[in-house]
Amino acid sequence: MADDKDVLRDVWFGRIPACFTLSPEETTEREAEPYYLLLPRVSYLTLVTDKVKKHFLKVMKAEDVEEMWFEYEGTPLKWHYPIGVLFDLHASNTALPWSVSVHFKSFPEHDLLHCTSNSVIEAHFMSSIKEADALKHKSQVINDMQKKDHKQLWMGLQNDKFDQFWAMNRKLMEYPTEEGGFRYIPFRIYQTTSDRPFIQKLFRPVSAEGHALTLGDLLKELCPASICAEDEPKRFQVMVHGIEPLLETPVQWLSEHLSHPDNFLHISVIPAPSD
Amino acid sequence: MSDNAESPTENQKDEPSIQQTVTEQTGLSDEKKKIDVLLKAVGDTPIMKTKKWSVEKGRTIQSLSQFISRFLKLEPSEQLFIYVNQSFAPSPDQEVGVLFECFGSDGKLVLHYCKSQAWG
Repeated sequence: MADDKDVLRDVWFGRIPACFTLSPEETTEREAEPYYLLLPRVSYLTLVTDKVKKHFLKVMKAEDVEEMWFEYEGTPLKWHYPIGVLFDLHASNTALPWSVSVHFKSFPEHDLLHCTSNSVIEAHFMSSIKEADALKHKSQVINDMQKKDHKQLWMGLQNDKFDQFWAMNRKLMEYPTEEGGFRYIPFRIYQTTSDRPFIQKLFRPVSAEGHALTLGDLLKELCPASICAEDEPKRFQVMVHGIEPLLETPVQWLSEHLSHPDNFLHISVIPAPSD
Repeated sequence: MSDNAESPTENQKDEPSIQQTVTEQTGLSDEKKKIDVLLKAVGDTPIMKTKKWSVEKGRTIQSLSQFISRFLKLEPSEQLFIYVNQSFAPSPDQEVGVLFECFGSDGKLVLHYCKSQAWG
């Protein structure tokens, strides 16, 4: 089990080098230098970009500044998706650093949710954990926790404290041994080729016959287009935290080890790069 | 007030716009694109005379929330919170169809709405 604990740590400390540049549509008093930052994959854009905001505000007039938002190659980036999901979905197989445009005007109301303070991120994060626990344990674990325990999960994420977060989060990862896993696996499958935000359905970690279901089983049932026969050229990549897990990996193991702090397993299905 | 279902046609007087979208996007033969949503008020939030609505699966929580706010004639400054399972507030861009698949019971999705934060 020691090895599996290392996986949790590797996932938590995953970073993406990013280069933030001010959108040319913004009005500045003098030229804005780009700003470089290592982004934690498991965090949220609006939670870790205070420095980016301060940097660009230095060259802007107050009247030109509205709510900050981010865009990558024309796609507004949803702050309420974990950073790693945004990168895997939109920028896998591109050169690093990840080049993100910063905007302070023309907020895309149809694409993005407003994020006026960290309490909005906290509410979103806690709601996701609660939704995940409704699927995993009929909400029993999260409801048995106290307010301060919920706070510990959030503070752990906000302050990038792995031990603080996991001391509490491990309770959300428990399950009765005889059941072999959670009630249902909290997962979301994102596709660049779909208009729908994501696929989310009820999926059990163990089959009726009692064997462990795998990532391949999950995709076969819910996103069959993403896997292809062995003699076919690969059309899609299935990414979790920037890697392509083996399709034979049990979903229960993935849920326990490769879920984001919001307790969801976020799976990105993207077109395979053509050589 | 009863929880009995009312067809979209009967709702027409209450809210013409929702009726319009329902017919436009689903047609008569394709019932599967719609799900039943039961809306329940929490605390001192006003109740709705019609509680059961037929809603397209692709409709978002945000759009449903705007509909309820208009229906209840809330001030623009008044917030509206929507809850699933009386426990979590789904993200505004979440589709009701997804919530129905995961948290629906007895063929319908029960959502609680409230003018102040009720849970969590």
